[in-house]
Amino acid sequence: MSMVTVYIDGNKYSVPEGMSVLQACRMNNIYIPTLCYHPDLTPAGACRLCVVEVNTSKTLVASCVYPVANDMVVQTNSARVRKARKTIVELLLANHPKDCLTCQKSGNCELQKVAQELGVRKIRFDEGERRHHAKDESNPSLVRDPEKCILCGRCVRVCSEVQGMNVYGFQKRGFNTLVAPAFDCGLGEVACSLCGQCSTVCPTGAIVERDDTEKVRNAINDPEKIVLVQMAPSVRVALGEEMGMPAGSIVTGKMVAALRKMGFDYVFDVNFAADLTIMEEGYEFIHRLKNNGVLPMITSCSPGWVNTLELKYPGLIPHLSTAKSPQGMFGAIAKTYFAKKANIDPAKIVTVSVMPCTAKKYEAARDELCDSGFRDIDIVITTRELGRMMRSLNIDFASLKEENFDSPLGASTGAAAIFGTTGGVMEAALRTVAEVVTGKSFDKVDYQQVRGMAETREAVIPVGDLQVKVAVVNTLKAAQEMCKRVVAGTADYHFIEIMACPGGCIGGGGQPLPVDYSKRVLRQKAIMQIDADSLIRKSHENPEIKTLYNEFLGEPLGELSHKLLHTTYKSRQKR
Amino acid sequence: MKSLADLAALRAKCQAEIAAREKGKTLVIIGMGTCGIAAGAREVQKALEEELAAHNVDNVIIKQTGCIGMCEQEVLVDIARFGEARVTYGKVKPEHVKALVEEHIINGRVVPELVVGRFPDANQDKGFGDVPKYSDIEFCKKQQHLVLEHCGVIDPDSLEEYVALGGYEGLAKALTAMKPEEVIDQVKKSGLRGRGGGGFPTGMKWQFCRNSVADQKYVICNADEGDPGAFMDRSVMEGDPHRMVEGMAIGGYAMGATEGYIYARAEYPLAIKRLRAAIAAAEQAGFLGENIFGSGFNFHLQVKEGAGAFVCGEETALMQSIEGKRGMPRPRPPFPAVSGLWGKPSNINNVETFANVAMIIVKGADWYAGMGTEGSKGTKVFALTGKIKHTGLAEVEMGTTIREIIFEVGGGIANDKKFKAVQIGGPSGGCLPESMLDLPVDYDSLIKAGAMMGSGGLVVMDETTCMVDVARFFLTFTQSESCGKCTPCREGTKRMLEILNRIIDGKGREGDIELLEDLAGVIKDTALCGLGQTAPNPVLATLRYFRDEYEAHIKEHRCPAGACSALTKFVISDRCKGCGLCKRNCPVQAISGEPGKQHMIDTTKCIKCGACMANCPFKAIDRE
Repeated sequence: MSMVTVYIDGNKYSVPEGMSVLQACRMNNIYIPTLCYHPDLTPAGACRLCVVEVNTSKTLVASCVYPVANDMVVQTNSARVRKARKTIVELLLANHPKDCLTCQKSGNCELQKVAQELGVRKIRFDEGERRHHAKDESNPSLVRDPEKCILCGRCVRVCSEVQGMNVYGFQKRGFNTLVAPAFDCGLGEVACSLCGQCSTVCPTGAIVERDDTEKVRNAINDPEKIVLVQMAPSVRVALGEEMGMPAGSIVTGKMVAALRKMGFDYVFDVNFAADLTIMEEGYEFIHRLKNNGVLPMITSCSPGWVNTLELKYPGLIPHLSTAKSPQGMFGAIAKTYFAKKANIDPAKIVTVSVMPCTAKKYEAARDELCDSGFRDIDIVITTRELGRMMRSLNIDFASLKEENFDSPLGASTGAAAIFGTTGGVMEAALRTVAEVVTGKSFDKVDYQQVRGMAETREAVIPVGDLQVKVAVVNTLKAAQEMCKRVVAGTADYHFIEIMACPGGCIGGGGQPLPVDYSKRVLRQKAIMQIDADSLIRKSHENPEIKTLYNEFLGEPLGELSHKLLHTTYKSRQKR
Repeated sequence: MKSLADLAALRAKCQAEIAAREKGKTLVIIGMGTCGIAAGAREVQKALEEELAAHNVDNVIIKQTGCIGMCEQEVLVDIARFGEARVTYGKVKPEHVKALVEEHIINGRVVPELVVGRFPDANQDKGFGDVPKYSDIEFCKKQQHLVLEHCGVIDPDSLEEYVALGGYEGLAKALTAMKPEEVIDQVKKSGLRGRGGGGFPTGMKWQFCRNSVADQKYVICNADEGDPGAFMDRSVMEGDPHRMVEGMAIGGYAMGATEGYIYARAEYPLAIKRLRAAIAAAEQAGFLGENIFGSGFNFHLQVKEGAGAFVCGEETALMQSIEGKRGMPRPRPPFPAVSGLWGKPSNINNVETFANVAMIIVKGADWYAGMGTEGSKGTKVFALTGKIKHTGLAEVEMGTTIREIIFEVGGGIANDKKFKAVQIGGPSGGCLPESMLDLPVDYDSLIKAGAMMGSGGLVVMDETTCMVDVARFFLTFTQSESCGKCTPCREGTKRMLEILNRIIDGKGREGDIELLEDLAGVIKDTALCGLGQTAPNPVLATLRYFRDEYEAHIKEHRCPAGACSALTKFVISDRCKGCGLCKRNCPVQAISGEPGKQHMIDTTKCIKCGACMANCPFKAIDRE
């Protein structure tokens, strides 16, 4: 890589050619505030907050889009620059509700942060007109408040560049400019996958997850109810960030302890249900292989992905595994098997899921997910919501003594842990499928071929006499590309794992903020660590799973399994 | 067609065919630009046809032409009896047609009350000595029609007429006798600068694009003329579309681009229709398409209709729009010459720039560079509008003073009012006062004076115009046309506008001027694109020369021009005879008074509509 010399604030630096001034500054620990910039997205140069003085331009330039050049002289913090930045924030605030005290995003709002950093104490244009728009609450997972939108376009870009869903667009002109779904539709009326990536990049409170924390509190406070909480695999490697710990911290035991303090009656683990999913999905795959079933089979645990398929490629429904997601399986088992075993009236049970995912809120509410005779999952909150609830307890999270999950829905294997990252479901399935098909037990369970972060990965895995062709896909953009290939008949695979979010659930739409690629890598590392440290790393060896089949279900794909653990899909095409 | 000689043969053929067709005939040529049509050209044509039929005159050919620039004189009808002078009649209405047919067409006698001028031709002077030559008309004397040479002269839908007058010779010469580098060299030497606003040297721009290596490049014509009061480009496209086609094909050859787009605003349906017809005709004749003039050079051209956003005149937004995306500017670099339309090297020039190209190639760079000033060569077309006597299009040599354009070409201020200011350069330009009238129009002196050439709109204002209101007018335009992408332009211009509104409403405060200047400074310094960076110009330029008007509004709650209704009141003077007309016309019953006695206006009721003043036969009502 050829390097160029730049002079930033009087100091000389050697930086790679082609880099933006902002990247060059960040690389050298020089802080420049930004709003429309996001490391995962194409820079837009729209908000103009990151302006700097350069000797190659008469006007200030947006450092996020201005490339470095040899001998360039940059001023990042001159009086001229500070004045410009302060004025820009003033202009944004003049058109902002400024209801920080009651805003869901308060404390984690980038606009709030830059206003404080720049010392904006007075808004000279505060008496002017403000844009007025109604809140959009039509979406089951996300709430949009266009009045809080600063038109940075990050949601527009993430939805098109990363997810390929193109739900958002800029509309109208001048002061009336608006970011919204097309044709004045609510976010619930358009083909939105509910993945929530927009809510992870929104710098303000303009797009947030639907807050269900009050429902959880009410359930806990209701003496008639037995409240079960279950944790998704990726929450334990992300929740630490909500509690002030570095990205990639593994907080499983502390989290369990904190949940007990919050008053949940039982603290269970979705990982248990993930192992169960592998049993059902693995056997389903083997069944399809042996009986000329529809292939490639595609995983169904990511509801953002399932929604996308139902919205845009309903013709591919036969490819989708009928196995419910771990959350869905958990709910059905909790209100049948567990209720019976613990001798609790299932009508009194409230199941609460803590998920990395905004789409899980909708999944739990699907008509199909009532196989226990009740609503299988009652409330879904995201990692961020749990973080808010835990912070409200004002407990010293870092010093909590670690505790274990409750039984019988608490034990899990390393195979379940890796469900939280892209490639994990595939790897977990391969560990079980290989042993079931060959009837042998293998010591080597690391399938390096399917690991990584690339959006589409493929591998050929020898399983006995079979060469199993697999693909692993993350992001909805890559997923839609894969759908096109399946439709065209050019997807020559037996089994495809698809996750809606970048990196899989570790990058889910409900995960802690701020997030970018580098944090997802740390979370993924933590997940792989949990797996590596596990004594049992194959789903079919989970003792509680074995008990469940022995005592209750019988066998994978059996009659009861079919009733409780498998589901159906339908076309939900919208414009 | 393979050579210049082939083209010469075709030209001779066209000339011969036209001559044969028109031999012994009387030509009636009607101005069918948008301006002419709006003024009633079609009704005039219909009346003419009926009148001719009624008189059984059948040796007349009725033709159309584009706009010659005298918009206030529309409908323009030229009549040329065979072998006689071509005389132009102005402000022709259907009721005038009888006289034109009976007097001029049948009897060869001029109709003096409608006559505008005649095309000078020594052989045809006979009997028309009293009709002024075009070159002697006040409006035309100082003008030099190069870009507009065919506008109002030829039939824009006729490739034959364009070729007969030497059309496509530039393209033929470039393709058969010049290397692409030589073409660029000529354009560079000519000193041609972009006529769209920025004034960037065209040859240099072409060079950048030529230097980019790519499998595909694009030549784009920016025909999204969006400045309020500007219609130069429309007139060229409507009046001489082949000139555009030729200029773009030469540009494509010079830069190595085989595809071209004309991005024309959809509000210009006639221009689009004529351009499409011209492209089809040029393809048919071999001036566009594959292997043009046997040179191996291919060039395909298409018209893309804009979606009506002002910002789409900004080149990066324009390219987004062609790609089917929302027209929003993107940061530069990369510049279009490196990565433009569909990510390929692209060059964008405006209509007038391309309209200059062919003649530079035909007549040479030295000829072109001989006109104009040190830094600005050739001519510039201006659209004269506002409180000026002769509104219309004026093409003058660079370096002509603003005074000459307004007071000689434009005939001075309408209604004998006093000149106050001229707004030049569109919404991003500036307002120049009386003291700057002797400024020569060239790119650099206008910038120095706080205005800009822009695309060439000239809006003239008289003493009754309030300069704060002018700033508000242009800022309202730029604010509502902001694409909304960058904060300073979207939010900043809105706040500036709010401050202007309160000043105009008499609610301005101490410190408002400084606040305006402060905000304007940040917007200029931080906005993403050229439109945003120049959006505060109308305010800064009026503040520069008319700061006292702002101060009068704020400190004395007075509008010196008497234009801002919140700051003016209507009073009835002692000239009032008590006729009661004002009282009867007042829509809010604010006027009282006995018959025969001086009336009174209740200022608390008055809505300042001006109905009383307009109806007073004694001019007894004053506005203060």
